[in-house]
Formats: sequence, C-alpha cells, structure tokens
Amino acid sequence: MAASAQYDCVVIGAGHNGLVCAATLAHAGRSVLVLETSAHVGGAALTREFAPGFRVSAGAHLLHLMPAALLRELKLESHGLEWAARGMPTTALLPDGPPLLVAGEHAEPGRALAPDPAAAAGQAMSAADAAALSSYTAQMRRFAAALVPMFSKVPPRLGTTDWSDRLALLRLGWQVRKLGRRDMRELLRIVGMNVYDLLEEHFDSAALKGALGLDAVLGANFGPRSPGTVLTLLYRLAAESAAGASGLSQPKGGMGAFCDALARAATAGGAVIRTGTPVAGILVEADRAVGVTLESGEHIRAQNVISNADPKTTFLKLLGPRHLDTGFVRRVDHIRTRGLAGKLHLALNRAPPFRDVSAASLRGRLLLSPSLQHIEHAYNHSKYGEFSASPVMEITVPSVNDPTLAPAGQHVLSAVVQYAPYALKEGWQSGRQRFVDTALDTLERVAPGLRNCVLGVELLTPLDIEREFHINGGHWHHADLAFDQFLMVRPVPGAAQYRTPVPGLFLCGAGCHPGGGVMGVAGRNAANEVLTQGLKSP
Amino acid sequence: MQHPQDLDAIIVGAGHNGLVAGCYLARAGLKVLVLERQPYIGGAAVSRRLYKDFTYSNCSYVCSLLRPEIMRTLELPKYGLQIIPYEGGCTMMQGGGHLAMYDNHDALRREISRHSKRDAEAYERYSRDVMRQCKFIKPLLMREPPDPTSFKPRDIKELLYLGKRFHGMGEERMYDTLRFWTMSAADFLDEYFESEIVKAHFAGTSIIGTALGPRSPGSAYVLLHHYMGDIDDTVGAWGFARGGMGAVTSALGASFQASGGTIRSGAPVAEILVRNGRASGVALADGEEIHAKLVISNMDVRRTFLDTMDAKELPDEFLRQVRNFKIRGSSGKLNIALDGLPQFPAIPQGSPCTRGDMHVTDTIEMMERAYDDWKDGRWSRAPYIDMLIPSQIDPTMVPDGKHYMSVFVQYCPYELADGAWTAAKRQAFGDTVINTIAQHSPNFKDLILHAEIRTPWDIENEVGLTEGNIFQGELTMDQLLFNRPIPGFAQYRSPVRGVYMCGSSTHPGGGVMGAPGANAARAVLRDLGRSP
Amino acid sequence: MTETAAPHFKQPLLRTPFHERARALSQVDSFVAWAGYTTVDVFTTIEQEYFAIRNATTLYDLTPMVKYRVNGRDAVPYLNRLLTRDIAKLKPDRVAYCVWCNDAGHLIDDGTLFRLGETDYRICTAERQIDWLLDSAIGFEVEIAEVTEQIAALAVQGPTSCAVLKAAGLHGIEKLKPFEIGYFALGADKIMVSRTGFTGDLGYELWMEPGAAETIWDVLMAAGRSRGIRAIGSQALNIARIEAGFLLPNFDFVSAEHTIRTGRDRSPLEMGLAWLVDFNKGHFTGRRALLAERERGARRQLVGLDVAGNKPAHNALIYTDSGGKREIGSVTSATWSPTCKSNIALAIVDAPHFQIGSTVWADIYLNRELVWERRMSRARVVERPFFAPDRRRATPPAEF
Repeated sequence: MAASAQYDCVVIGAGHNGLVCAATLAHAGRSVLVLETSAHVGGAALTREFAPGFRVSAGAHLLHLMPAALLRELKLESHGLEWAARGMPTTALLPDGPPLLVAGEHAEPGRALAPDPAAAAGQAMSAADAAALSSYTAQMRRFAAALVPMFSKVPPRLGTTDWSDRLALLRLGWQVRKLGRRDMRELLRIVGMNVYDLLEEHFDSAALKGALGLDAVLGANFGPRSPGTVLTLLYRLAAESAAGASGLSQPKGGMGAFCDALARAATAGGAVIRTGTPVAGILVEADRAVGVTLESGEHIRAQNVISNADPKTTFLKLLGPRHLDTGFVRRVDHIRTRGLAGKLHLALNRAPPFRDVSAASLRGRLLLSPSLQHIEHAYNHSKYGEFSASPVMEITVPSVNDPTLAPAGQHVLSAVVQYAPYALKEGWQSGRQRFVDTALDTLERVAPGLRNCVLGVELLTPLDIEREFHINGGHWHHADLAFDQFLMVRPVPGAAQYRTPVPGLFLCGAGCHPGGGVMGVAGRNAANEVLTQGLKSP
Repeated sequence: MQHPQDLDAIIVGAGHNGLVAGCYLARAGLKVLVLERQPYIGGAAVSRRLYKDFTYSNCSYVCSLLRPEIMRTLELPKYGLQIIPYEGGCTMMQGGGHLAMYDNHDALRREISRHSKRDAEAYERYSRDVMRQCKFIKPLLMREPPDPTSFKPRDIKELLYLGKRFHGMGEERMYDTLRFWTMSAADFLDEYFESEIVKAHFAGTSIIGTALGPRSPGSAYVLLHHYMGDIDDTVGAWGFARGGMGAVTSALGASFQASGGTIRSGAPVAEILVRNGRASGVALADGEEIHAKLVISNMDVRRTFLDTMDAKELPDEFLRQVRNFKIRGSSGKLNIALDGLPQFPAIPQGSPCTRGDMHVTDTIEMMERAYDDWKDGRWSRAPYIDMLIPSQIDPTMVPDGKHYMSVFVQYCPYELADGAWTAAKRQAFGDTVINTIAQHSPNFKDLILHAEIRTPWDIENEVGLTEGNIFQGELTMDQLLFNRPIPGFAQYRSPVRGVYMCGSSTHPGGGVMGAPGANAARAVLRDLGRSP
Repeated sequence: MTETAAPHFKQPLLRTPFHERARALSQVDSFVAWAGYTTVDVFTTIEQEYFAIRNATTLYDLTPMVKYRVNGRDAVPYLNRLLTRDIAKLKPDRVAYCVWCNDAGHLIDDGTLFRLGETDYRICTAERQIDWLLDSAIGFEVEIAEVTEQIAALAVQGPTSCAVLKAAGLHGIEKLKPFEIGYFALGADKIMVSRTGFTGDLGYELWMEPGAAETIWDVLMAAGRSRGIRAIGSQALNIARIEAGFLLPNFDFVSAEHTIRTGRDRSPLEMGLAWLVDFNKGHFTGRRALLAERERGARRQLVGLDVAGNKPAHNALIYTDSGGKREIGSVTSATWSPTCKSNIALAIVDAPHFQIGSTVWADIYLNRELVWERRMSRARVVERPFFAPDRRRATPPAEF
C-alpha cells in the first residue's frame, strides 16, 4: 500500500460539477485533489473522435444552463474557453412542411422562445399563436426568474427547528409571493400540470406546441402528458434565465474544450487533477469519511470527500451500505436513475440536407418533434421497454460553427434521440442497429438523402453512457427530475443538502439539487457547503 | 310550491352534495329549495329500475367515502341508509391464476404469499404508509382550503393549521408526504412490491375516474383518495348501500325534507340569475323564475359558470380559468342483469373474494396500455374494469336467484378520435367489456338478461356531469386543495356574491363523500353570520 | 407439518405440529392467534399453569416464533449492521438476545440470535420482517430465508426441566450453560437444544423437525409425569415474563415499522435496553440517531413498578400525584406476581420520574361486580427483573 497524502478535499470524478466544485474550493484556499477514472476530464461532457477525423461532444452538445455569474467567476475565457457560436436559433423541423423558426438568433434570455420576425424564413405562425407566444413567453420568463434564486441555495430541510431551514423555506415562499397574487396563483396551478395541457391552453399550432413541449421532456422520463412536465420545463427556463444573455452556445472544440477550461481554472487555483485514477472506495474511520482508496490500492487521506458520482454509485458502491442505515439505503435503492435519452452521432460527407432549413437555422438547434401527440407516442414505447418507433430529437450540426470537428467540407451531426430506454426489453445487443435505422429513417423524412451522406454512425444508449461514463442508469440528470426527486427530496431525504449521513462525505453531482445538464450549480453549491460545514486542515 | 319571497337559498342539482348542503342549511333554519333536472333525485347516486325487478346502482356503485360525521349529523340511518361492508376482492390473471383480498389478516398474508412471500410482508409497510397519509389528510377533508396568496387572518390561520399538521408528522414523514402526493402509483408501488399481480391489484384505484395512467405522476394521490373512506373505523373499507346508491340520496332527501326543505324534480335550471352583481335566483327551462338571494350550484364549475350563467356577470380571467379546469371523460359503466351467478374458474370454490370488487387487469403495463388507448381517443381494447355483484350481499336488489352486476370501465373517452358516439359504437364498447369479462367467466354471456351500457357521453347527458367525469374535475396536483376548482375560488364562493359551489369540483373532490356539500354549507352560513 | 387441507380463506390460521397434542389437553378450548398460527391461551387454569413454571416443568409450543436463517460470507457484517449488539463476539453454539432499530434509532423488534456455524445464524423473532431483513441485505453477500415452517419448537421451562430432559434421554443436558446450544439424540430424532427461555427460570428451548414433534412431546410428557410436567398457554407465560422483566412487542412497544402515529416509536435506550447497544462496534442502523439521543438524555424510560394494593394496574395512566394532575406515562404490562406476592407492572414514565426509588401514582380502574371503581395507587419505581432465581443460571442445575 502506497504512502498516503493528505488533502483538505478529495473530489471523486472530474465531471463538470466536480471541476466547478474543485475550482471553487481551490480558489477558497483549500488543497484539492480531483480523481478521475477516465484518461480525460469532463465525464460525459467531453469531445471525442467517433469516426476517423470526426469529433463530437459525447454528452450534452449545447451550453446554455451554466449561470453567467459562475462562468465569470471561474474566468473560463481566460482559461482558454472560446465560443464557436452563441445565441443559437431554434428551428422546428416538420416532416410535412417547411420548418418553423421557434427562437431567433441572439435571443434574449428568457425571450429565447420569442420568434424572430426578421429570420422568419420558415413556416408562418398564426397571428393568434404569435401573440400567445409572446404573452406565454413573458409569463414563463417571470416564473423562471422567480425560481432562479432557489437554484443557488441549499434546499432547506423540513421539520427541523433550525432557523436557517425555516428562513430558507420562508424565502422560497416569499420569492413566489413577490410575483404578485395573479402570477403566484397561476404558478401554483401550472407547476403541477403537464406541459401538454399548458400548451393546449395557449396555442393552436401543433408544430409550435410540439417544439415548445420537447424542452419539457428532453432528458426526462416523461411524455408531455405526464404531470410534472411543466416543472421540468420551468427548471430548464430558470437555468437559462440564470445563464444570461448568451442563450444557446457552442464552445469551440466541443464540450471537452469547455471542461478543459474548467480544469485549468481548477488547477490555476492549485487543485491537482489525476486522471486515469479510478477510486475503489471511500475510507471511513470512526464514522467519518477520511479519504479514498484507489483501485491501485493507494490510500489518499482528506478532511472532506466530495463525490461527483451519482448517488447510487456513491452510496452503494463507493461508500457501501454498511456505513449507512437500512432506511436510507432503501431510499437510495429507490432513486429512479434509468435514462431514456440516446445520443446519435453521424459523420457526414457534406452538410446534412435538411429540407428548407436556412443556413442560419443550421447553425442552431433543430427540433424534430412535430406535435405533442407525436412526442407522447414516442414516449409510450419507452414505458414498455421499447424504443420509440418514431423518435423525437434535438439536433445540432456542430461542425457548421466549428470546422475543426470534421475534415474539411464534411460534417458532424449530433442528436439527442428519445426515447431509448435503459432497460430495452429486447436488449441493446440486437436493438442497437434497429434503433439506428429507425432514427435514420426518421431523419430521412426531414433530410431526404441523408442516409447517402453517412460515413460513420455512433449511437450511445443509456447503457453505453452507464458503461463509458460510470453513471448508474446512464441518466444525464443522474436521477429523474420529477417532483418526488426534487429540492429537499433530491436525491433522497438525508442527503439533499450536499451533506450525507457520513460526516466528511459530500455529494456534488447532478443527482443533487438542482440537477443535471451542464449547469455546474450543484458543484458550486456543494463547494459552498464544504466550505461552511466541512472540516479544515488543522 | 314555495313562494319566492320565502326562499333563502336555491340549490341547483339534487346530487348527494346538493342534498348534503341543503340539509345543513335547512337545519340551520334557512328556507331551501333544491331543483333537479331529472324527474328523480340523486344525480350520480341513484338506484333505478331499467329492467323488470332489477335495481341498478346506475352510476356510483360502492360507498366508503361518505363522511361518517355527515351520516350522523344528518341522521341518515334513521332515514333508511345502511352501509354494508363487502368481502374482499380479487384480480383474475390472464393465465388463470388470481390474487384475492381477504378481510382476515392472516388469510390475506397467506394469499399474497402465494405470489410473493416478501410482498405479503411488504404489504404491512404499504398499509402503514397509506394509513399515515390518510391520518394526515382526513382532517383536511372537512375544512376549507386556505388561499396561500391571501393575508386574511382566516387563511393564515388555516395555512398555519396545515403547516402544523404537516410539521407534526416529523421530518421523515414530511418527505414521504411530499413524495406521495407527487409520484406515480407505479413508482409508489415499486417501492413496496415485487410481484406484478400485487402491484396491478393495488394500482387499480389510482386510475379509477381519472385521465391518468398508473405511470402518471400524481396518480399515487388518486390511489390514496380511494383509501380515505372508512366503514365503522375500518379505514379504506368499501361497502354497498343497501338498496343501491340511490339509498344515499333518498335518505338525504328525506332528511332534507324533514328539516323543512323542498325538492322540485323535473325542474331544469336554465340560468342562474344575477342582479346588481349578486345572485337573485334562477330561471327554469320553461321560463319560470324563482328568486332567492343565495344560489348554490351542485353542478360542476364548467356547467355552472359557462352554461348556466351570463358571461357578462363574470370576470374574464375567472372564465378563462373555468375553461382551463380539466374535466375529462375517462370512464364508462355497464349495468347488467344476470340470470344467475357467473362462474369464475380462476377463483377457488368457496372463496368469498367474488363478494367484493373483481378485476382482470393483472399488470401495470396492461393498465397503462389501456390509458394509451384513451389518449388516442379510443376506448381501451383491454379495459381496466371494477366489477361487483352487489346482489350477493344486498337481498333487495334483484329477484331471488338472479343477480345484478355493476361494471365500471376505465378508460372510455368522451370524444372518439373517429367521430361522435353512435349507438353502434356504444354497443361495440359494451361488447369489448362483456368479452373481457367472458374471458374469465365461461357462462357469463349466457346469463345476461339485460345490459345498460353507458359511455361518458351518456353519463353527461343523463346526469349532467361534464364529459361524464365522476369527480367533476381531474384529481391532479394542479386541481387539488387551494387550486380546486379555481385558484382564488377554492372556498366554495364564486366571483358573484350569493353564488356558491357545492359539487365535487370543489375541495376535496369526488366520490360519494359529501364533504364539498357540507363545507359549502358552512361557508354559506359563515357569510350569513350564522354559526354552522 | 400437520396442516389441514382447508384453504387459507376458510381457515386463515395455521396449525403447529403440536396442535393435535395441545387440543387433546385443552380443557377450556381457549386458543388465540399468534403470528399466523392458532395456539393455546389457557389449557386448564392460568394459576396451575403458572405455578408449574415456577415449581415443576412446563411445555410451551414455540413454533409460531418467526425464524430466519441468515447465511453467507457477509453474515457477521450484515448482522452487525442490522443489530445493535456486537455480533462478532458471539461464539458458535451460543445465543444472544438482540434488538434492531430503524434509522431513527427506534425499535423494530427484539429476538434471539443463534450462531449455528461460522457464517450460519438463525434469528427468532415475534413478528415477520423479511421486508426489513432483505432491504438491510442490500450490498451484503448473505442469504436470508424464513424457516418458520421447517422447524418446530418447544419451550421446556421450570425448576425440574433439566431433570425431565435428562430422564427423557438427553444425556449431558446438565452441562449446557445459559445461552448455549447443544445437539442431542432423542430416540431416532436429532434435536437442537438451547438454554434459553422467556420465563426467567431454569429452562430450555427444543428445536426439531416438524415430523418429530409429536414423538418428542410424548417422550417429554412421559418423562416428566413424576415431576409435575404440564402444557401451558400464553397467559401463564405472560405472568412469568413480566416477573422476569422481559418485553413483549405490541404490548410494551410497537414496532417502528408498524406505527401510524408520530411519537409512538420507542428506542432501546428508552426501553432500558442500553446494555444491548454497542456504540463502539462500528456502524449499525440507528447508531447516529441513538448517539444523538444519548447526548440529549432520555425523555422517557421503561421501568418496573411495585404498585400498592393487589389489583393489577392494567392500562393505567401514571401520574406524579395522587390527584391525577400531571400525567407522566402509562402501564404497558401488569400482573399480580404470585411468586413475589407483589403487584408488579412495566410502565413507560417520563423524565425525571423514572429514577429507581421514585414514587408515582397509577390510576387503576376496577370492575367490582359491574360497578367500576377508580383507585389511585401509589407505585414505586423498582429494579427489574422482579424475580430472578439463582437456579436459572446454575450449571449444572440442581437435581430433582
């Protein structure tokens, strides 16, 4: 057994939250060691080659959720972050008509949904829908803004006599109350609704509703008719609202380059990052986490251990149930962690031939979800362990904005494809090719001739994501984002404040409040919690 | 006939909630007139003879939720109401097996053990958790939900009461409550059980009457809603009203009249009249006007405010909210006269479980697929059914040796994707249900003497429930407590002074519970400055 | 197992392998349900059965005790995480009394743990809880199976029990120490014997194949005829267990897995079982909560009461004063102790009134020829057990 080093903090996993956490702790003067299993930092947020000469962001392909303030504080641009595109537009692709521009270029924060008349090359929207869209957008923006402060706070515990918890609850209530009576009532009503009904209340156009509804279910174990999808939509809008003016952005070099900048921000503060260093377990002595054991057998001691791994991996695998109570383990075991989003990467010999899509739109986000019913049908299959017969997609062509990702004149298509359930009944062995074919057929309908352009294909199913990125269930939020796994019950009561039942062990991953997406807030909140609650070096 | 000037209040609709409200008001000394569109009273709690000497509980068919405090205060037993608990229940499986429910604790444990030993013991934890939630919710049923946006002392007091009760559960259970109210029945049951048949059996009540599937978040609450009743302190027990569900409303009617109330049936209300911004009475379909300062509507909110009032009298925002209130037809009903008792080969000889609620949906997936059909505007090809033969227990319903079967069907849409309901489609829907039952009972079809088939469209037309929704509005998170039926109008009052709501559209919602009627009466009396 | 053919919906309660023997001896036809079985409450009279426990030998059918086999590589760490005692200290062929708690440090149940082999254990408990045991096994290499129906059990208790077993042919039984396990041949049958019991007296528990049950019953009855052997029911046993100060789940506490109301759970510290909680052995479920509780100090405690008068204080509320102004607890179990000639009770009493020697008042209701009378009786907090004869521990036991 190798000699042990001593750190203030050991962070398990160099995903974006782990890196944000490490950078924050390092800049606060703590000695920090980050341990990463893979040979690179970033976790699922990395850029890698999937076909000779073609590179793509393996996980999330857009950056739009990280708060502007956090980006500024971490000085990522001075650490090498460059943008390939900002304020990217959103366009809905329709199989039986011209595309519909949903949000224009350089959209303002929260106004991301407003149509850009100047760029309205696509399908026209009815005057009534256009008007409804602007009032709907304004209202959702107000609601989202009211929820923003909730994100950067540690969720309060319930039922304690602790005044800070009570104050936090009151503050939460006050934030909502501040909206004014009418808005407050409306927010309290819609927050428990499904996005299907909400959009039905506002709009006529099936295409518009389909496009607006997709954001509520991307990465979620829901269809648009599932109650709770307004919450997931508000979650996304609130994050976007905090992210500020830049809207949908694409880092140059893909998400991997973004994480490299994050890593440099951490090391600049003095953090040490060791990649290719898998952690085998968390060391516990006298009921306190005191470090980690590496798979190599090496022990590393630390005052605080912070896990960027998902809660099931952290508690059941790295820590082990024997250090936890049965009821707590039962709750952890019940966390719903099965992902439903697949990621499809295509290497193309030319720009994808999307029908009627303008050059400006091609630089942005393309949605393939022609109607709410279409999404719901796609979701239906996933309930029974089948993949969608006609999947819905969020598509980008990152090589348009960033030619370094593909050989000259050639292109990369990156798509989130739903629904692809983790536990496919037929198994992904045989299901993989069938799903790729299904996805290509679906794309062919809006991009005739696409199949003939394909040089290489990669499909990441949730099972692949689990295996490659060590995320239990392959879920990009680590755990379903739903009311019963939200705020003070995320990931489970007893670990919702980034602290865990074992003193010295903290969580900082997407499984914590407020959840996943490349947001970094969980990492930042966790770091703050470590700074106030954790032990310092003597 | 009542002289208009004598009347204090008019209640529109002689459903159970209208009659409950009427009883409380009449007992407080008000002169109350209940108007009913149909020639008979009862709304959706009726016993009718549509075929020879057979009595059907046409709509609602079992009783549990009716609050005992209402039964006692209104002296319903004295007016003929008897509730008899039924014995167990069962789910028959596709392959011929079954899961039965038995009252006896040990018999039930051994029964569940046949499918999973672990589930038999997890059932204890499941019942415990459901009981814990019931304990929290029950006192809230008979109270007005507070308006969280209000700073009125009464609202703040009620909010504090709610907060105190919640807090009183202790930290751990507060989280459980938070989760329970928002999760899906399927996820909830997954936290307890491993056996599909056990989960499917308990999931049944999570979809009855709702446009949710067992996988829809919020369906765990609906499951709980059906546990909220009790019979003689046996929480969650269900029973039959002796003589059919009409016995509930006929006892209420008798109690009401004994307190001096008047009922006019066959008197459809065309409009609730408003003068100078407050209620002045009603106009009947034939033009007759009856005046009173208070009009209390037992109809659902959409029917009350969109169909029976002048839009000019109501704020636009309120009307928008009323239009947005979700009332969805999702259930059908068959009432069947039988020449004898059907055989169910899956059920062992002598098992009393057929004397309760019987089902044939043995997986959550089957239930969810039934819901998928509804979403697409079809009735379920393999519907979830809640089937009972009350005549096994209640000797008053049928001639000796014959039987009456009540079959509740989930899901059946109000509007079909392929156009309006027709007689042929109704028959096809009925055949789907009958064939589903016949798969589990070889002699069933031969025993059928008469079958009444009711689609949501039929229920709407006959009973007046919008889309035939049995709860007068979905029991989803956005339509419970202070959101029910309209945010800001969850306390039985409407924007028009003197117009009140007392139907299941209001808190705490549907089922033959009577709480909305009682709560509404209390709100009216408080506004009159009288102690309820 | 002699189970009748009647299906469970007609005959919900199972019958133990001793059922036919018990029925033959039952004079008053008094049976009760216990953990899914029908068992005898009283055979003849409670008094006769009770005195047989303290004076001779008794047979008590223990079969309904729920038994779990715990087996596997992680059996010791599993049990140490489940139970509050340090299981690593329990040697093979030994038995330990144990309790287990939920996360909040509240009692789920108590029971006896038998170490049958290196990684082979048996838990005997009053209630079924495979659900909790299996959830506790997440992350442990251990197999857990209920074996209740595979094992018939008989308690042989009383001052002459050793002599009876010896006479029945259990050679060397006198060498068995308290909480020790031994294996004996009885005719063709092999049985396991543990020197354990619920009476606080000399006694043994016999564990056997269900098929051997009736034979063994007959052999023991024959061997004990001259030593006053008799079958007893649960009523008589209950008096003896109160004298011995043992807890009975659902009477002295309700399992935290079953409580509906908040605040009804009880911790082992409150139940006077702190001696079973080992904070130094590493983590176990409830440890952190119990540590915090120990820090705070006990809010209430289970105590023994010596109550004035001779009327058992069943269900009595406890007050600080004879006027009944300040309620501080309630009686959980009460009996007249025929051996101690005192009126004893177990009660939950709030701090600080649970100190030994404190005086409290029990509010007792008496039905005297259909007239209810209320009596405020002075009660003294005393040490438990109320009765603990040396013979229960003597090895070898005295010859009779």
